[in-house]
Amino acid sequence: MQAAATPRHGGLRSRRDVAADVIHVMCRAKEQRENRLMGMAGSGGATRRFATNYGMLGVLALLCLIFSWVTVQEQDRTGSDAAAYLARGLAHGAPKSSKILIVAKTGQEDARFADALEAALKQDGFRVAGKVQGGPREAKKALQEIADAGGGLDIIATTRECADWQVVAAAGQTIPALAGVKVSVAPAYTWPTFLKTENLLNVANQIVVIAVIAIGMTMVIITGGIDLSVGSLVALSAVVAAWLIARWGGEGATPAAMVLASLSAIVACGMVGLFSGAVITLFRIPPFIATLAMMLVASGLAFSLAQGQSIYQIPDSFTWLGRGADLLGIPNAVILMIALYAAAWVLMSRTVLGRYIYAVGGNPEATRLSGIRVRGVLLFVYVVSGLAAGLGGVVTASQLKSGAPTYGQMYELYVIAAVVVGGTSLAGGEGKVLGTLIGALIIAVIWNGMNLTHVESYTQKIILGMVILAAVLLDSLKTRSWPWRSLKPPAA
Amino acid sequence: MPTAPAVAKPLLVMEGIDKSFPGIRALRQARLDLYAGEVLALLGENGAGKSTLIKVLTGAHARDAGTILIDGRPAAIASPLDARRAGIAVIYQEFNLVPTLTARENIFLGREETAAGFLRRRREHAQALALFERLGVRVDPEALCRNLTIAQQQAVEIAKALGLGARIIVMDEPSATLTSQEVDRLFAIIRDLKGAGIAVIYISHRLDEIFEIADRAAVMRDGETIGTRAVKDLTRDDLIEMMVGRPIEKEFPKVAAPLGEPRLVVDGLSRAGVVRNVSFSVRRGEVLGLTGLVGAGRTEVARLIFGADRRDAGTIRLDGRTLDIRSPRDAIRAGLCLLTEDRKAQGLVLGLPVRENFSLPSLGRFSKAGFVRRRREREAFAAHARGLQIKVASDEAPTRNLSGGNQQKVVLAKWLESNSEVIIFDEPTRGIDVGTKYEIYLLINDLAARGKSVIMISSELPEVLGMSDRILVMHEGRLSGEITDVRGATQEQVLALAVG
Repeated sequence: MQAAATPRHGGLRSRRDVAADVIHVMCRAKEQRENRLMGMAGSGGATRRFATNYGMLGVLALLCLIFSWVTVQEQDRTGSDAAAYLARGLAHGAPKSSKILIVAKTGQEDARFADALEAALKQDGFRVAGKVQGGPREAKKALQEIADAGGGLDIIATTRECADWQVVAAAGQTIPALAGVKVSVAPAYTWPTFLKTENLLNVANQIVVIAVIAIGMTMVIITGGIDLSVGSLVALSAVVAAWLIARWGGEGATPAAMVLASLSAIVACGMVGLFSGAVITLFRIPPFIATLAMMLVASGLAFSLAQGQSIYQIPDSFTWLGRGADLLGIPNAVILMIALYAAAWVLMSRTVLGRYIYAVGGNPEATRLSGIRVRGVLLFVYVVSGLAAGLGGVVTASQLKSGAPTYGQMYELYVIAAVVVGGTSLAGGEGKVLGTLIGALIIAVIWNGMNLTHVESYTQKIILGMVILAAVLLDSLKTRSWPWRSLKPPAA
Repeated sequence: MPTAPAVAKPLLVMEGIDKSFPGIRALRQARLDLYAGEVLALLGENGAGKSTLIKVLTGAHARDAGTILIDGRPAAIASPLDARRAGIAVIYQEFNLVPTLTARENIFLGREETAAGFLRRRREHAQALALFERLGVRVDPEALCRNLTIAQQQAVEIAKALGLGARIIVMDEPSATLTSQEVDRLFAIIRDLKGAGIAVIYISHRLDEIFEIADRAAVMRDGETIGTRAVKDLTRDDLIEMMVGRPIEKEFPKVAAPLGEPRLVVDGLSRAGVVRNVSFSVRRGEVLGLTGLVGAGRTEVARLIFGADRRDAGTIRLDGRTLDIRSPRDAIRAGLCLLTEDRKAQGLVLGLPVRENFSLPSLGRFSKAGFVRRRREREAFAAHARGLQIKVASDEAPTRNLSGGNQQKVVLAKWLESNSEVIIFDEPTRGIDVGTKYEIYLLINDLAARGKSVIMISSELPEVLGMSDRILVMHEGRLSGEITDVRGATQEQVLALAVG
């Protein structure tokens, strides 16, 4: 098997054109379906309700489809998987007497490759001349040693990446003693980069913080309010947690100290939420203003506590929450997010408190006159929002293994975007927690997909903004009608 | 028309108008003719097609079939702008005024007087004054609309219509929120408009007004025009029969329930500026009518009893027990309830499903450990829906989609479920059609028969006289009189007390 320079991006251009056609056709189909649904207005129907509640699920699926399509390319196998394929290929295609050198880079994945390959080749009866892990320099040294020893070499078994090194690819020409040596790599396979497990986990991991905060924000927005302080609370929480850990043992802090520090940070943010809620309910200050003020206050607190610096004196084990993956390889933070969404869904759809949250947002006066403590409900949602932002800050600190007052900047806007894309009305009274999760995923997928297709970061912002607008517009078409017709009064 | 008719030519003719919405035929072959200088009453129950017909006339809805002739010529009305150009103006119940602009700015909105792009405010001011003078009303053109009374805002709307050169003015329930003097003034304005050759289409549920102001009445039912007759040839019963489609024996089916001991006793109720030292009691099985002019403090009394506003002084006792009411929550727990006058703004969360509105005050009983038990909720609502004849496709339907009458019944079901002993109705039949009104009256009878105490606040004197066991009249925040012999009382007697 000779390593050939395969054009990795071959055919990508034309595939994108095809993708554009597919999008066009699918949008048309969606439009027609929605027109039909609007025609059935009044007759109700589970289909319509589903489309109204979870139409964004279709958008998410469509985005995944598009990004899968445009990122289809040859994928290199890595680790023990690559070793197994390579060993099998050699067992069938090379004489048993072959002398083989294994070349790989350093790092976990490459070590796994080298070890598994060595074991498999020995089992198959090949002669393993050596195992090199390092850069081109080490590879050259090993090859030279083999040539000097005069033992000859038949095959260099390596990874796709190392096969491209000059010393490896041209070993036969540059070292005369090794003329005729072949380079073997594991066969590549064709698969969308977007759908690779690492990438999907990456998408989930990137959005965890936004998605967790968006739970609280969804509740706040359903009551007809808004919470602009969440971004600053992320910073405050990360700084408080890091500062406490640094105080309580620094890099030698015990797990108990870390848990206590994290809880303190989360509770502190909950207190800020309580304060916002109290100002809003007792003095009837608009939520926009009250939480804008708390945004500045929280940010200032974070900066003065951290004295404008990042705090790094944190043990490695603190990254368990943000980077660890204990259950079936699913990141712990993603499991936390899923659990929180499940709890929030139950709260909003099955409990008395959830019902009250919707009622307060729909008509606070009618709700008060029905004997419900509207202020209590409002306090609750702002506290939840603060707690969620606090948790988001702890996760951020854990992911980055540090606490800095610059964390969470602009997060409030991404969080609000996720909530709105998820179908929650800023006017209050309606919205779905699971819709918010979908909204957050849509934003994450767009972000990730653009990174994979090498869209420039400035352009990414423009596209993301337009997509948010389009998503919200599409959603509003389902409940209203075409905007240029809504100028007329609705049918009586 | 080829041949000249002997009598006056109609100003407006609508003929064979069809309009369908998904799943419903709102208009079928509806007709309407209107002559210059007349007042045509347009009558019908809610859902009969009045609003749709008007919206077709004003271009808000496109008609499926039919012709509209103005001065005998086909008028192409496809948008509200076309209608405005054709001289048609509509004054809706909820005014289309911008509350933060002045009366003058509202009148000239969209057709400002300008010179080289600058506003000619003095010219506008003079024109606005002239319009108000023509209407015989005193409104400061520079007053912000939100500071005007409802009657004044209405005058601004009419002035706006006149300023646009309207020849046909449609008024949708113009008297619903006016006091009786204001209604008189409105009628004076309408008579002036008639004199100026302007045709008025007058939509109202109040039959008395029809006989006072209208020349002819057109009645609609199920999307069809049942008939158009001269008012002087009609009786009240004729009109009701045409609207409902069956003869109604009695407009107010009052049944006196046996009266028991006093249950709710209010003493010295006061709130600065609105309610002064109001004391009264309601007995078991009694329907107490509470009336007075708009702004006399009737609604405020109800809100104080219910804890919706904070009272400055006064005690409230129920069955001998003094109640410490500081919030609606306390009042509900004590067994009081208030069916507010404005159902949409205060009585219902319109976006929530009917079932969720129904259970809102009594959710505690439909839940366990904080979790809602939907099946019990559903069963309880179904029972009330049967008893109250609430017509709703599903208990999951958004409350917004229900008719006014059905919304009122949902509010009623909600309070019946929370086991209220004292039921305060504030304008129970406002905006509700004749047929449903009758059902609400039967329900009030039923509540009294079950031993509940009912306080019925109403501006409609026939209703107060027809349904109460006893009447209290308020004037400027005080109780100005009590009428115990309701059967022998007249509207004039009540009015005399109401004006102080």
